[in-house]
Amino acid sequence: MGWTRKDLLAMRDLDAGEILLLVDTAASLQEIATREIKKVPALRGKTIVNLFYEASTRTRTSFEIAGKWLSADVVNFSASGSSTAKGESFIDTAKNIAAMSPDVVVVRHSSSGAAALLARELPCSIVNAGDGTHEHPTQALLDLLTIREKKCHFEGLHVAIVGDIAHSRVARSNIHGMRKLGMTVTVAGPPTLIPPFVQELGVKVAYRLEDAIRDVDVIMMLRLQHERMAAGLIPSLREYARYWGLSLDRLARHARPDALIMHPGPVNRGIELSPEVADGPYSVILDQVTKGVAVRMGVLLLLAGSKGGDGA
Amino acid sequence: MSSPARPFREKAQVLDEAALDRALTRIAHEILERNGGAADLAFVGLRTRGVTLAHRLAAKIAKIDGAALPVGTLDITLYRDDLAMRGTPVIRGTDIPFSIKGKTVVLVDDVLFTGRTIRAALDAIIDLGRPTAIQLACLIDRGHRELPIRPDYVGKNLPTSRRESVAVRLREHDGEDRVVIEEPEEA
Repeated sequence: MGWTRKDLLAMRDLDAGEILLLVDTAASLQEIATREIKKVPALRGKTIVNLFYEASTRTRTSFEIAGKWLSADVVNFSASGSSTAKGESFIDTAKNIAAMSPDVVVVRHSSSGAAALLARELPCSIVNAGDGTHEHPTQALLDLLTIREKKCHFEGLHVAIVGDIAHSRVARSNIHGMRKLGMTVTVAGPPTLIPPFVQELGVKVAYRLEDAIRDVDVIMMLRLQHERMAAGLIPSLREYARYWGLSLDRLARHARPDALIMHPGPVNRGIELSPEVADGPYSVILDQVTKGVAVRMGVLLLLAGSKGGDGA
Repeated sequence: MSSPARPFREKAQVLDEAALDRALTRIAHEILERNGGAADLAFVGLRTRGVTLAHRLAAKIAKIDGAALPVGTLDITLYRDDLAMRGTPVIRGTDIPFSIKGKTVVLVDDVLFTGRTIRAALDAIIDLGRPTAIQLACLIDRGHRELPIRPDYVGKNLPTSRRESVAVRLREHDGEDRVVIEEPEEA
């Protein structure tokens, strides 16, 4: 099983074998984080540009650390304080960066399809680090790695994804990945935040938190973006927290005792997750972040470290 | 040894099961002799068959000396000088669950050829800490070195031509213990 793609744009594009190759590669690279000298020479001489048009702590830092641990040179670009502020267009900026011959460009943008646009226009490898409400493949991969480490397999697991499904690229990437690996997915949230025809992705839909989390192996809570309230999609944060917030009491009454609690971060404590649950024994939220570095090392290595994925 | 995807046929047997075992027994004795015992020794095997050989050497030393030496697994893929010239890198992971600081590390590989794998392994080990010394044990030294690297312990010196391939077959992976020279099938 080889890696032949120039870019990593969406979980939807990948087959089960490619997803497992990425997860396995990441799993083997985890050991680097435990070393005294956290550096291997695999991507020496490669240049990685983080092109971030949206705020990000975890993802950008994680890509930067991953690149540096593999000995690549990592350059960060953020839209604020750049020529974007002077009115340069996205594609012009990207082409200018590509003219400096990077091997990989990691892009985050608020427009769905931004990564695919760069993949078409630029000769280097593109990694989608989140594009609008479309996909966030490395987040899904790190979620999968976390799940496999805790549950030891994928096939037959049941996952509930709860919250703003309609606007969540994390949900979309996870749904594609999980379905391809033989997992059952239930999505749940207020009807205004469940996209129409979501069943066509092969998921079940629940409209009550209690129904969604019953008997599942994994509960993935999504961040509620405050602007959803301004848009009139939910009446109030308080009401959302009351009906859709995962509290210790609800967890104890409705979920299996060994259900994993996941969240892509940043957590709105007291809204989608109560602090006791976020910090509780089955919460793997920080494991997810740790796995994020390994996953991004795996992605960068497969894209920039092999002949097949070298872009040329 | 990885061999290209064209068919190889067996040309000659180099070691049978008994000879392979005798070679390992001798290497175990040589390791103890050279280091004046088993104190502060550790084995690091190179994936895949070097790891198996390292475990066998450790078992022999346990039998001779009673010392239970640690055995680690090294994957040098990330250190290869030809990483970008190969296909998809397959990372199977390094697992050295002990500190190598202050240890004499005996690196174990099945076949010593150009020396490039060992060069990568030396870098990989030194990234994990500062051992007192690194020694190299290999079952077969087939010559054709491209780097100034030589083994400390050799099972068998085997002059080969570059077009041939040396296959070390071990019970744990291949169901038999023997070493053969293979040559490409004529087209």
